Amino acid sequence: MLRAQLARCTVPMATRACASRDSAGSAAGGPVEAAIRAKLEQALSPEVLELRNESGGHAVPAGSETHFRVAVVSSRFEGMSPLQRHRLVHAALSEELAGPVHALAIQAKTPAQWRENPQLDTSPPCLGGSKKTRGTS
Amino acid sequence: MSASLSRAAAALLRWGRGAVGGGGGGGLPGVGVRAASSGGQAEQLDALVKKDKVVVFLKGTPEQPQCGFSNAVVQILRLHGVRDYAAYNVLDDPELRQGIKDYSNWPTIPQVYLNGEFVGGCDILLQMHQNGDLVEELKKLGIRSALIDEKNQDSK
Repeated sequence: MLRAQLARCTVPMATRACASRDSAGSAAGGPVEAAIRAKLEQALSPEVLELRNESGGHAVPAGSETHFRVAVVSSRFEGMSPLQRHRLVHAALSEELAGPVHALAIQAKTPAQWRENPQLDTSPPCLGGSKKTRGTS
Repeated sequence: MSASLSRAAAALLRWGRGAVGGGGGGGLPGVGVRAASSGGQAEQLDALVKKDKVVVFLKGTPEQPQCGFSNAVVQILRLHGVRDYAAYNVLDDPELRQGIKDYSNWPTIPQVYLNGEFVGGCDILLQMHQNGDLVEELKKLGIRSALIDEKNQDSK
């Protein structure tokens, strides 16, 4: 519940207290998630920002902040191609993408487009990544 | 491919970043703009993405994808009946893995190139598949999507 509320919150959050894990095993938001949120707020002034840490579904240690999915809804995207929109998101998160964030699934929509389908999709299942070796070390 | 590319790329990278150029669409000021290429790796990658009409950089192979997002690209191409495409496995070659990100100024894999031009990653390809753009883009390349025939059958 809290997680969903946080996902829907569009108030800029400069600081966020580090939360301990809840019983379901997912953190209420680590530092990387907070940074992503803050930077996208600042860069795009989104009407809607939904962010989900999907690291739990990948071959990374518990508590990782490496795989994210984000839905950004902003009228700034009007007239921009998908490529331009994604590049804008990348630019805002260049530090994270050069650092801990390994995967970022992006839904970048105008407010009208979001209203047609207002939901954060789910990512395809992990297939092991580079951890899955085939006969070589 | 990867051995000579690795050596060339490694040598170039020792001279520092800036060895990128070409490719990519939809640039905005300050975004997608890169320093002039100092040759070598960028040229090799440029040639690579232009060598075939459909070029993808994946984690794993089309037969054995090792990433859900790369697999999505493979499955979409399969749905459209695209069989003749070049697929490069970045897990085989760390220099390629970083080099292609520098080349396109795109931070993640998979990467899709159509007619030598960077189109986007898995999300964008999926969007193009869903809204019909992919059928059109393939048509421009002289590739008839298998879904056209399916669609015609459905509407009869």
